[in-house]
Amino acid sequence: MSLTKNLLLDISKIDMVFPTPKGDFTALKEVDLKINKGEFISLIGHSGCGKSTVLNVVAGLYQATSGGVILNGKEVNQPGPERAVVFQNHSLLPWLTAYQNVELAVKQVFAKTKSPKEMQEWIEYNLKLVHMDHAMHKRPDEISGGMKQRVGIARALAMQPEVLLMDEPFGALDALTRAHMQDSLMEIQDELNNTVIMITHDVDEAVLLSDRIVMMTNGPAATIGEILDINLERPRSRLELAKDPIYNQYRSEVLTFLYEKQRKVESISKTKTETSSSATNVA
Amino acid sequence: MSSLIAQLITRKNESVIKAQLPPFVIHFFKTVTLPTIGILVFLLFWTVGANNIDTSLGKFPGPVQVMTQVGNLYNEHVESRAKESAFYERQDNRNQARLAKDPNYQAKTRTYTGRETFVDQIFTSLITVLSGFLVAAVIAIPLGIAIGLSKSLNTAVNPIIQIFKPVSPLAWLPLVTMVVSAVYTSTDPMFAKSFIVSMITVTLCCIWPMVINTSVGVASLNSDWVNVSKVLRLPALTHIQKIVLPASIPAIFTGMRLSLGIAWMVLIAAEMLAQNPGLGKFVWDEFQNGSSDSLSRIMTAVIVIGLIGFLLDRTMLQLQRVLSWDKTTEVR
Ligand SMILES: Nc1ncnc2c1ncn2[C@@H]1O[C@H](COP(=O)(O)OP(=O)(O)O)[C@@H](O)[C@H]1O
Ligand SMILES: [Mg+2]
Repeated sequence: MSLTKNLLLDISKIDMVFPTPKGDFTALKEVDLKINKGEFISLIGHSGCGKSTVLNVVAGLYQATSGGVILNGKEVNQPGPERAVVFQNHSLLPWLTAYQNVELAVKQVFAKTKSPKEMQEWIEYNLKLVHMDHAMHKRPDEISGGMKQRVGIARALAMQPEVLLMDEPFGALDALTRAHMQDSLMEIQDELNNTVIMITHDVDEAVLLSDRIVMMTNGPAATIGEILDINLERPRSRLELAKDPIYNQYRSEVLTFLYEKQRKVESISKTKTETSSSATNVA
Repeated sequence: MSSLIAQLITRKNESVIKAQLPPFVIHFFKTVTLPTIGILVFLLFWTVGANNIDTSLGKFPGPVQVMTQVGNLYNEHVESRAKESAFYERQDNRNQARLAKDPNYQAKTRTYTGRETFVDQIFTSLITVLSGFLVAAVIAIPLGIAIGLSKSLNTAVNPIIQIFKPVSPLAWLPLVTMVVSAVYTSTDPMFAKSFIVSMITVTLCCIWPMVINTSVGVASLNSDWVNVSKVLRLPALTHIQKIVLPASIPAIFTGMRLSLGIAWMVLIAAEMLAQNPGLGKFVWDEFQNGSSDSLSRIMTAVIVIGLIGFLLDRTMLQLQRVLSWDKTTEVR
């Protein structure tokens, strides 16, 4: 994989220091990552290490203390629809239907370039992509958690972003729904080939979906510990991969990083309770 | 022990009822029968209590006397209206007759100056409270949004709000009366001075709960929604219109319901104090009047005031149900 050929996003030596009442808190130290067009990157690490902070800096919602984010050769330091975000808690506007939620984004982004008819088609196309066309005119409180997350993804995709940023998009879903959503996401990815940065705490999810897994060290002053290239054929099938020795090799490499090299000693009891639902959760 | 038995009995009865009766009967029982029983018991206590209270104006009025007064007050209203139209008819006839005799005659028209009836007073109070409330909403909601959006504005304005909020609007009444008398000096005023005074008093008491609730609603905006707006780069006005305003609708309505309830109570008191037309003046006039019917007429007014207050609150609640997206706030 050539790192310069199709370079889209350059996260360049980011430091993030939060001023707190107890003094400065260095959350990130020299986070440096180059991402090519069409790459699917997973960010994995223990809870509180700074994954969301990295994503928020890329999204422009946080300002890095030093270093910067370069998209297509231009520095970005404000949020914008070309870096669409899928938030962990769907963050749909509850007073709008699924359709209207996507419409708000589409109207904002394509006001000058699409006619009303084209916008309508584009909204419906994106909702169809996430299999939500049957419940387009329902409000968030009338649909399930998984469906809400689908609409959130449709809204982000509808902005036609250069980079799609997802912060634990399936973290709040039950295991079955999550598997279903992962399959949907792979399907969409096959079709659109977006550039994606996804935060996850699920090792299987990371290996299944990613081209590269970026593993972060524990904070404070967290940084990138290791990067693992995942060279598995696409389309990938979770059932076939379960028996694949290479897949299991990748899986154990991530687990080794998380549980041996970056073991979180102080929060064992917390980790235990949270992993009881799924053996490979890191949380 | 006794509570345990009571619990057992109610549990048992309930389950027996549930087992035997179809659901709509239970629903009817709960929504119609229980309140009816409550009202009947209240009427009983009222009758018994009233019979045992002697005042200098006779016995305290019971339900029967109040019912009689409801009829009387309504008849008085109808009579007064009849008198009014008779007055205008006489005047018209007189003027026409004189015009026929003398074509140069300048017709004089005088307006009827009968005493306001109970029904008139009800409408006066209703119009006053709603106008004052609307004026307050027009001022308070934008102000609340501005304060909610800007921390600095909040810090600047908060002390003032906190100081004025606990002041009874009745304390403002003399000041309002004097200022209105001084400032509102049109020779042909669109509204009566007394109306303006009452209305401003209502506005003064409505503003604070609305400003506070709106600003708190806006300030506690879900940060995810703010981030969505930022990622979309929504312009400030669109942000307020599409995100801030709908998000704060539940809080705004809470403030509006609260202030309308207070406003209705304050208005009656203000009308009594300032002798401004309305239900408060009706009550005060009857008190001053001191006839044998006075107490039952006041009691009627008390019940009507309560009913109207209740209806105002229900109307706001219905409005909230229709307009607010947050159907979970089932407010009592
Ligand atoms: N706005 C903030 N102010 C102060 N500290 C923060 C802020 N945001 C995050 N942090 C701290 O930075 C660290 C990383 O947080 P975060 O990026 O949310 O972790 P993760 O997403 O990996 O769980 C945590 O210790 C957190 O307390
Ligand atoms: Mg996080």
